[in-house]
Order: sequence, then C-alpha cells, then structure tokens
Amino acid sequence: MIRPNEEINEKKLLRALVDGKLPDASGRFGPFGGRYVPETLMPAIERLTEGVHRLLPDESFNHKLTSQLKEWVGRPTALTHAARLSKAWGADVWFKREDLAQTGAHKINNAIGQALLAKELGATRIVAETGAGQHGVASAAACARVGLPCVVYMGELDIQRQSPNVDRMKRLGANVVSVNSGDRTLRAAIDEAIRDWVSDPVDTYYLLGSAVGPHPYPFLVRELQAVIGREARSQLETHGGLPDAVFACVGGGSNAIGLFHGFLGEENISLIGVEAGGRGDDLGDHSATLGSGRPGVLHGAYSLLLYDDHGQIQETHSVSAGLDYPGVGPEHALLKLVGRVKYVTAKDSEALDALQECCELEGILPALETAHAIAGARHWASTNQGARILIGLSGRGDKDMPILSQYPIKTNDTEGAENAAA
Amino acid sequence: MLPHEALKNALEKSEESALVAFLTAGYPEPKNFLNVLYDVSEAADAVEIGVPFSDPMADGVTIQRSSQAAIEHGVSLSWILDQLGSRTIKSNTPLLLMSYLNPLLAFGFDELASRALQVGVSGFIIPDLPYEESMPFKTSLDKVGIALIQLVTPATPSIRLNEICQASQGFVYAVTRTGITGSATQFPADLADYLAAVKEAAKVPVCAGFGVRKSEQVRMISRHADGVIVGSALVEALERGENPGEFLRNLRP
Repeated sequence: MIRPNEEINEKKLLRALVDGKLPDASGRFGPFGGRYVPETLMPAIERLTEGVHRLLPDESFNHKLTSQLKEWVGRPTALTHAARLSKAWGADVWFKREDLAQTGAHKINNAIGQALLAKELGATRIVAETGAGQHGVASAAACARVGLPCVVYMGELDIQRQSPNVDRMKRLGANVVSVNSGDRTLRAAIDEAIRDWVSDPVDTYYLLGSAVGPHPYPFLVRELQAVIGREARSQLETHGGLPDAVFACVGGGSNAIGLFHGFLGEENISLIGVEAGGRGDDLGDHSATLGSGRPGVLHGAYSLLLYDDHGQIQETHSVSAGLDYPGVGPEHALLKLVGRVKYVTAKDSEALDALQECCELEGILPALETAHAIAGARHWASTNQGARILIGLSGRGDKDMPILSQYPIKTNDTEGAENAAA
Repeated sequence: MLPHEALKNALEKSEESALVAFLTAGYPEPKNFLNVLYDVSEAADAVEIGVPFSDPMADGVTIQRSSQAAIEHGVSLSWILDQLGSRTIKSNTPLLLMSYLNPLLAFGFDELASRALQVGVSGFIIPDLPYEESMPFKTSLDKVGIALIQLVTPATPSIRLNEICQASQGFVYAVTRTGITGSATQFPADLADYLAAVKEAAKVPVCAGFGVRKSEQVRMISRHADGVIVGSALVEALERGENPGEFLRNLRP
C-alpha cells in the first residue's frame, strides 16, 4: 500500500519489473497488488499460487500449452502492415492480429492456459466472468476443449449489448448466468463469480479473464498473455526492426500487459495504454481508471480505482463493454507510478471513428475495445510523423454489430482521415 | 480499559452463550438507525454495524440488497460515525464496524481509528482483509486499542488457524461454513471439532456464525462456541418490519 510520506524508488521498481522480479512473494508490484479476499478463499488461493509456480515453468505443461496455442488457437497470430492507414496517418503502422486467434480475441491465450491449469489442479468445474463476452466465449471454448463444465457470469446490461457472444457461449456449452445486481456490467459479474467461488473453493476453479484480482491472477494472466509481446517483437525484428511506440487498449489490462511485456526493457520505445474516455470527463462518464483513479481495493487487489469520497466504487461508462470497468490490473498501476507506460484516453466517438477508418482502409473490423488503441495511435501519429507504430489489435468487432447498428456509417476517405487527425 | 479488552470481557461475562448481532447501518430507514441500534444493543451482547459497500463480494442477496438500499439513502462511513457520535442514550453493549476495506481506505486509517475511538467503536471486522494484509490497518487500530477481529473458516489449515487466532483481538470470528452470508443453513458435520480447534487456539472468546437463522441453530452452536453471530436473518427481520430486539430475544435458547 502507499503510505503517506513513503518514498517510492521508481528506477529500482522498474528494474525489478524488467528483471522479472515482480510480483514479489507477497504478490505485490511495488505498493500494488496483494490478496484482499475473504478468508474462505485463502487456502484456494494458496493452492493456486503453488500450482502456478510449479506448472508454468514445467516442461510437460508447457508442451501441452504450446501445442494448444499452435494447433487450436492458431498461433503465432499474424503481424500485418497497415499500409493504407500508414499513408493516411503519415506513419508506419503495424497490427498484432489477436483478432485472428481462435474465438476472435486475445482472451483465448489466457483461457486455454488457465483451463489446462485447472485440469492439472483437479478442478471439476469452471466459473468465469465476462464483460464484452470475449472472455466468456474464450472460457466456454477452452472448457469444451479440455472437457470441464463452465458457468459464465455476465451483467444484464452486457447481455443486452453483446448478444451475439451470449449465443456463442451457449452454443459452446457454457451456462450463462445473467447478473442483475450492482452495476449489471463486468464489475457485478466479477462480484458474482467470486461469490460462486467462495461457495465452493475446493472443486471450483475461477477462470479470471483479465490481469486483475488477487495474486496470483495478475501474474498468471500476464504470463499467459506475454506470448503476444514475444511474438510481436520477433515478427517486427524480421520486418524492419523494433517500433517507436506500442499501443494497446486498457480495461482490466490483459492484452496491454501481454503486449507491453515484450518491450518493457527497451527504454526508447514508448508504451502507451489507451483507456475509455467515454462520453466526458465527469466521474461516471468514462472508465479512465489510470487517468483519474485513486489507490483502493476492489476484487482482491490494491490498485487504482474509480470511487467516490465514501469509498463506493463508481459506475463507469464506455461504448465498449470490455473497457467498462472501474479498476485496472495492479501491474498497470505500477507502470504508471514509475512512468514507464503513458496512459491516455480515447472517447466513445473517437473510438467509433477509428473503427470505421480501420474497416475502410484495412478491411479489418476491430472490436470497439481495440478501436480505442487505434484512436490513441492515430492521435499520437499526428504529432509523431513517420514513426513506426505497433498496435495491439486485441479482438475482432463482429460482437459489436448490435451497438454499431446504432451509429450510422460516416464515410471517411483518406483525406478526411488526415484532416481529422490534424 | 482498552476497547478491545472491554469487548472481550463483555463476551466472556455473558452467562449464556453470547449473541452477536449484525445490522446494515441505516437500513431500512436512515432516520431510524439509532433507535434500531439501541433495540438491537439491548438484546445482544455485541453489535456489528455493517458499513454498506457497492461490491459486497462475500455477501448473499439479503445483505447485498440492504447495502444497496442504504447507499441509495446516503449512508456512508462518515454518516455512521456522525450518528454514533450524536447518541444521547448509549447502551453498554460493545459496537463493532463491519466493512469492506475500500471505504476504510478512503477515510484514512489513522483518522478513522481516532474517530472510531471517539464515537465508541470497540472493534472492526473486515471480510476482504485477510490476516496477511492486515498490518497497515492494525497498526492504526493498535494506537487506540480498538480490536481487529480476525476470521477463520473450516477450510483454514491448522497452522494458519493458530496464527490467526493468536492475532485476533476482542474475539475470533469462526465462519461456520464456506460460502457467502445468509445462504444455506446446513452446517458441516464436523462443526464441533472445528470449533473446538478454534477455541483451543484462541486467547479470546470464539463467536461463530454464517447462515444462523433458528434458535435450534443458536443452541447447537452455543454448545461449542462462546458466542453466536446472527446477520442476514436479522436484516430480513428488519426488512419485514419486525421488532429487531424481539426477534433476537426469540432466537436465544
């Protein structure tokens, strides 16, 4: 925790992070992280931590994971040169194509890894939460693949705005439970998944979908998503070299942490996380946790959070269900504290424009979450002409069609895009 | 006498098994809070005042509902402290605050500890603050002698159970089964062994609960523990508009 008057040695913390020494034994990334869970869950969390440290480095486990990633997920995913966007922005733009992974988003990297882990640890049942539905779909698919029953908690509001994914989850054999408590979005879905886990901590495995939650989840999810950054780095190295800047959208922050980890040690590469700026700057109108949050505890971790003066967690807004969350992974909170990653926002309207431009110029329909990263990169490119930019294309946007149908198509020609960026 | 010692004594001096009651602050009506609190205090040996939180992840539907309603009525930690500070008639029954960690963090640990002392709070129970993470807040509470009550569950391994019991002040909160508050009323078959182990390890009284609804259950648990905790069932009685004092007196064996 951050204590008043405590001195934070930023350089030392960043060094420790780059050297792979964080989280520490107590599950902390500097002041952030930890395990703030009911006592009932502590033995389960201890067992999970032990399992993670034993299995992640284990050769036979890695062999299983790698072959699933290759044969079933479809890794390595492509690195795509975005030639027409590059021209429009006056930059050299590359996409790391997680939208091409099985189920259409980076979420599958984590879901299959944790499903294999759950199987090894003897779980008989999986629970998961989902916001946009991508983690729910990935969990349902991964559970089918390894042969475990799966329950997905999803907020009532998200069920309405991401209906194609609800049908996919059901088709893949998951039991989708609608959550009508709390804010009826991702936050309430996590509360409910934790309640389920508290009720049966021995046989149930909680397959958490983002780099949030109590230790070891932020570590586990990062390790499973780090494949994105490793691949992107080696692909770029054989396609003209490392980038000047790397962009990823940040909700809980799993695709961003996975992508950024490939480049953390390269101090001359700018790492930029893009949060949901929503419809305005007032509390409740956005989900910019890193931009305007304060340290606090939610869902098992001490991290940056959006809450009011009484400590009540704030409802958030974003056009993108996957970014509509008042917390963020503790490692991002540290990366912000030490200044290694810069966090910016893109508003709903900017994300929608970026999505349209990407459709028209690259023939790729990105997820609304991903569109925030593209919008952030577009803005940055306007003052960094000629720069080499890597964007984490975290997922595809088919699931967003019900929302997109509410926004008429604004046709952008190339010149229009240039004007908008200026 | 320090508040945590007074709490311990109050639970020990109860001739029968002690009754610890939980109510959500300001529920159902904020304006009746002090009256309800007084009635409950007169019928119980200690009272847990629930600070409502937006994300009560260890609670079942009853406390979720009451917390949500209280928040909507403007109940907050500072409101609760102000109300307690404004009491003109005080019961001698020790008062505890039960809260998730974030409202406490938002208030500030040191400031909260001294304010809690001023308004007569004897202890804190924090469902999302396990023993490992408790040091920063405990340091603040220790300065004023307020108890940090630790929780153990039937799943807590014995070495850990010993450590937690040693550290707990006021009493040890023995959760009687895994799960969220207020759900199923079936207790584990080895409840007696479990509570005996907790009593063996604890230096302070052991109060047990989670899902206690009926007087037979109170009687059963009181054979193995120094006190019985009643939470969701009391909140439901408040919800139904029953007199909380009478409800508690009827629960006593």
